[in-house]
Amino acid sequence: MSNGVGKVEYVSYFDTKSKYTGIMSWLTTMDHKRISLMYMYCISAFFLVGVVLGLLMKVEHLAPGETIMKAQTYNGVFTVHGIIMIFMVVIPGLSAVFGNFFLPILIGGKDVSFPKLNLFSWYLYVTGSILAVASQFLKAGPPDTGWTFYAPYSANTGTSVIIATTAAFILGFSSILTGLNFIVTVHRMRAPGMKLFSMPLFPWSLYATAWIQLLATPVVGITLVMLIAERLFKIGFFDPALGGDPILFQHLFWIYSHPAVYVMILPAMGVISEIIPTFCQRKIYGYKAIAMSSLAIAGVGFLVWGHHMYTSGMSENARWFFSLLTFVVAVPSAIKVFNWILTMYKGSIDIKPPFVYAVIFIFLFIIGGTTGLLLGSVATNVQVHDTAFVVAHFHYIIFGGMGFAFFAAIHYWLPKMYGRMYNLKRANWAAGIMFVGFNILYFPQFIIGIQGMPRRYFDYPVEFQPAQIFSSIGGFILATGLIIMIANLVKGARKGELAPNNPWGGSTLEWTLPSPPSLLNFDEEPVINENPYDYK
Amino acid sequence: MSEHVVHHEEHRDDAGAKLGMWLFIFTELLLFGGLFLVYSVYRLQYHDNFHEASLELSVTIGAINTIALLFSSMTIAMALSAVQKENKKLALIMIGITLLMAAVFLFNKYIEWGAKFHHGLYPGSELMTLLERGHILYFSLYFFMTGLHALHIIIGMILLTICMVKVKTNKINKERFVLLENGALYWHLVDLIWIFLFPLLYLIS
Amino acid sequence: MSDNHDIHITEYSVLVKIVTLLMFFTLMTITVANLELGPLTLTIALLIAGVKSYFVLSYFMHLKHEGPLLKILVGSVFILFISIVLITLIDYFYR
Repeated sequence: MSNGVGKVEYVSYFDTKSKYTGIMSWLTTMDHKRISLMYMYCISAFFLVGVVLGLLMKVEHLAPGETIMKAQTYNGVFTVHGIIMIFMVVIPGLSAVFGNFFLPILIGGKDVSFPKLNLFSWYLYVTGSILAVASQFLKAGPPDTGWTFYAPYSANTGTSVIIATTAAFILGFSSILTGLNFIVTVHRMRAPGMKLFSMPLFPWSLYATAWIQLLATPVVGITLVMLIAERLFKIGFFDPALGGDPILFQHLFWIYSHPAVYVMILPAMGVISEIIPTFCQRKIYGYKAIAMSSLAIAGVGFLVWGHHMYTSGMSENARWFFSLLTFVVAVPSAIKVFNWILTMYKGSIDIKPPFVYAVIFIFLFIIGGTTGLLLGSVATNVQVHDTAFVVAHFHYIIFGGMGFAFFAAIHYWLPKMYGRMYNLKRANWAAGIMFVGFNILYFPQFIIGIQGMPRRYFDYPVEFQPAQIFSSIGGFILATGLIIMIANLVKGARKGELAPNNPWGGSTLEWTLPSPPSLLNFDEEPVINENPYDYK
Repeated sequence: MSEHVVHHEEHRDDAGAKLGMWLFIFTELLLFGGLFLVYSVYRLQYHDNFHEASLELSVTIGAINTIALLFSSMTIAMALSAVQKENKKLALIMIGITLLMAAVFLFNKYIEWGAKFHHGLYPGSELMTLLERGHILYFSLYFFMTGLHALHIIIGMILLTICMVKVKTNKINKERFVLLENGALYWHLVDLIWIFLFPLLYLIS
Repeated sequence: MSDNHDIHITEYSVLVKIVTLLMFFTLMTITVANLELGPLTLTIALLIAGVKSYFVLSYFMHLKHEGPLLKILVGSVFILFISIVLITLIDYFYR
């Protein structure tokens, strides 16, 4: 709101002065945009650590037997790779970075409902991350349980499980508070005229995601505390010798961790739903269907967790129940894919990097999603559970899906966030290299998985070696593309040409603001269009 | 260019604050929910053991605690009404009674747990390992659930004490009471959880 | 924004009535437990606890006088939790 006397002078959010200067002005900020960048820098750093750990595993897999590390080390590496990627990168990822930056702007607001809580969430994230890193260097040795911490092994192993689970607990709390903040923001911070069904689709996806963060995370929170109690006091919940059931741990763990994958993918789908209309210069096909399908996925996603447990010893009735619901939840996801493609049909397509990444997303997501059906069906699952097939499936969905959506988002919104443009050609090249590397890395894993290659094994029969070598080469190609992409973005953000307000011709509210925006986003009351994707 | 100093305008949204508190309550429900889930699984599997073990608990103390919490829910609700009716004195008295009831609850808990510890019955004790499996699980659940609940009582007491101070210094008043409203909501949550804990732990027939 | 002018204030008398009801239901729960009704005891105990919760939510927590959004949300969360428990019990019931 302007202060009455003439127009407010524009000051970028980078230049707003506060009580502190330098890094302190960032560490004490309550500006959702600065908090977003702080998340991005941390998450990117941890992502790169996770990539290095992944590459180490690929090097280990170049030959059977011990190549560069012993079995125990390998167990520690895949565990920390999972902990970092899942809890510190992919779950917070899109919400904490682009949700924080753009949710308030896309609904015409000045900030989130609880700015102080927002900063506190970031500090919780940092604390949890530090503890997770610390668990790697303590005397007891890095955790070797896998990021899934299954009992009874996790209750008995001598490694630093308690620190790691405490870290996950704190990270979970950060996630819960972010979800809480976003839900209240959507209900209370919309500009006048911004009805719920006038919100663009990214806010819709963030809203559905926030509900999952809020309601599912506490379950894993209490489960991790139970695990800690099991280690410290032998309470027996998961110990058969004391009457407990290890499968109950799996139930409790997946009651959170399955909805968690929708935390990962829903904002990703939201990003794609923003990018496609812009680069096709067309209203999105089936806006309401996409909005409602996000809520449907969130809801039904709470009821399918058992499909991670078909071979665990669950009862027959449980297995078919979960399988049925798993097929049900696939439907709303498929709806979105159809809608995106239909939006492109007869659209005026502009092949810029955000669109390239979005198309790659759709391709990789389709592969990941359909292999999910193979996993969701009990009969076929039995063959591929705990094999490299599963590893390929979730990397297609999480990395190919959420990861490439993250890349799409940063290419889309970097000009707005930093006020500068990157080199478009180099960005497209990087995308192409990564696409090739990605498929070489992961597709063979489907094949050897069906042939029997187990997951989380540092060793393998020699007949799998050619495929493993091929796959590992793909990893290094992918990493090359990653480096080119990141270098290009960093250079663009720091020294690129100044970006206009609306470099892509987008129709949503962020493109009406200067690049970068000012502290309070809208220095004048925004004019809300009833239809968020209003293209001529 | 003039210095643009940040004054994060006092953005006040009582309805938003209340919605936020309700959302937080949902997370607490799911948090305890995980424990209720474990309870329901093991009660199903070890029904007789659960019954036998529950006889170790005093229904009388459990009932007194239930009455204390229910009463305290009434008094904190009255405190809120009192603030809304500008009756500061009554509000302070009511919050005080609420805190007193909470203290009674905690004292009883201390007696109950103390008695168990005295008999060597606590998580990880040698006696525990000698019990039947269903008994072990029952007592583990008993200590975990009542312990987590007691932790929330302590947190609630701290919150309400802060509210009491703010009522005294007029920072909470008829025009501005969302803090007390939210503190009361938190307190009612603590009561709600006990409403289920009492029959499930003490009254297994 | 403070729009506290049209808020509903719960009367003390209402609160006293509710707590009396709650005490009565508590007494009922204890009595039923002593009646040796077998598996029915659990069902009745949970039903009574549910009724008590309804009163705490509606009157102490003021839900009765809140907007439809909050009522729907509270109901949904309970339904979600109960669904999760029931689905998990599908496994254990049929082991």
